[in-house]
Amino acid sequence: MKKLQNSLYITRQGAYLHKERETLVIEVEKEKAMQVPIHAIQAIYCFGNVMVSPFLMGFCGENGVHLAFFTEYGRFLGRLQGKQTGNVLLRQAQYKTAELKPELISRNIIAAKLTNSRSVLYRHLRNYAENKSVNQAIIQINSALGRLQKAIQLDSIRGIEGEAAAFYFGVFDELILPSVGEGFEFNTRSRRPPLDRVNALLSFLYSVVGNDISAALQGVGLDPQMGFLHQTRPGRDSLAQDILEEFRAWLVDRLVLSLINRKQIKANDFVIEASGAVKLKDDARKTVLVALQNRKQETVKHPFLNEDVPIGLLPHVQALLLARHLRGDLAEYPPFVPR
Amino acid sequence: MPDTRLIPLSALQHYAFCPRQCALIHNEQAWSENWLTAQGQQLHQRVDYGLPESRKGIRYERGVEVSAPTLGLTGKLDLVEVEITTGACFPVEYKRGKPKQDHIDLIQLCAQALCLEEMLGLDVPHGAIWYWQTHHRHQVELTPELRQETFNIINSTRELLNSSQTPKAKYEKKCQACSLYDLCNPKLTFRDASRAYVKAIYQENTDEETAK
Repeated sequence: MKKLQNSLYITRQGAYLHKERETLVIEVEKEKAMQVPIHAIQAIYCFGNVMVSPFLMGFCGENGVHLAFFTEYGRFLGRLQGKQTGNVLLRQAQYKTAELKPELISRNIIAAKLTNSRSVLYRHLRNYAENKSVNQAIIQINSALGRLQKAIQLDSIRGIEGEAAAFYFGVFDELILPSVGEGFEFNTRSRRPPLDRVNALLSFLYSVVGNDISAALQGVGLDPQMGFLHQTRPGRDSLAQDILEEFRAWLVDRLVLSLINRKQIKANDFVIEASGAVKLKDDARKTVLVALQNRKQETVKHPFLNEDVPIGLLPHVQALLLARHLRGDLAEYPPFVPR
Repeated sequence: MPDTRLIPLSALQHYAFCPRQCALIHNEQAWSENWLTAQGQQLHQRVDYGLPESRKGIRYERGVEVSAPTLGLTGKLDLVEVEITTGACFPVEYKRGKPKQDHIDLIQLCAQALCLEEMLGLDVPHGAIWYWQTHHRHQVELTPELRQETFNIINSTRELLNSSQTPKAKYEKKCQACSLYDLCNPKLTFRDASRAYVKAIYQENTDEETAK
């Protein structure tokens, strides 16, 4: 497997990143703040006003180091792409499948999404008290899963997904412990902009993880913009959004819940704007990213490969499995459903 | 001008090692270094960068590019020794390892000779392989049998690459030495368990329901 190395998250405003021989130097106010060997780094994520020298960019492109830029608030701005990597046959297979039969892959992805959402609910029941409404949501998701297995049309697959998401987020508020205190009420999923703290956390992490997935897809030669489940829309990484579905509940939602429930993130870690939009403060964003980075270093047994894989490499593994399915090695795309 | 795809000489060797590896590298453009390939590259860097020189009536040319449209091959030769008076050519291939049981190295050398023959219209009856591990140079006679074997490999390789298909993996001992192991994941496709895996996702559902 590919090596899991560190992702660097640069949140210091005004930082300047450059290459000095084989090392990466981070300068803040003309002072060296950090110097690390470049080869130990897999990805560099810059938040806000962070500058990167063209030579470092060149190095990143050449060596498949993922370099991406976000606003201070975590909205994705762009990424550096090196030379186009070459598997045109794979991309051709991807386009053909997306056009002619996107249903099979979409259904498998949604089956994973539903199962993984349900696992989050089960986990809550196991760790805390019995909860009637959570139990009810599990039953509803189960029934959705049963219908999904027989769904053939893309529209019905999307419909079942929407329903299940409504059941799941309908009880998401129950997963936040009463001891957390005020400020973390969750009503409904809101995006662009998120209208409460929980949604702000979810949106921020979905965006960061989605970008990891996008990079992994490109790394194996897939086109992150051409999706199966999500319609093609200019400017959207539809395929990355597809694969993100497998990881939302298991990776992001669980992380958000533990950050809140363990009080690592507090109500005053957010800024509420005049419009009602809720944003994470700088320091809190750092806390969240450190938590994500730590999680990425943990390993899990991959249910299909039956191998221990660092969590940070899971997007790469799924991208590889998808590529192998599209090229005809695997009869079906095996989505990530941890046992 | 008709668009004929020329097959790199290196593809022949990849094909002889493993057709799937050949398709992954030359059609799917997969490449991954391991220490074996890295060492080979280092060796070739040394070989390829030498300037042409002449000694005792022989000109030594390194990194010689060839293409033979009739054979459908293209590539680069490590070293060609040219007899200055007669123009006779003698290809030399540098190998990282030691002489092997199979004919893979011989076939590659023979294909190189065939390219020289097509380009220059002369006979190339002999070549040599130099092995880094043993520091020995082995003279090779390009017999009709070896030529036939080489033609067969060239044809099979061309058919494979033109088909755009990547053959399924067959897990063998030699897979451990392959730098594309992780990308190819031979155990994964040897026995395709994806159908059962996906089915089990739904199965778990009913199991939990009945357990209640």
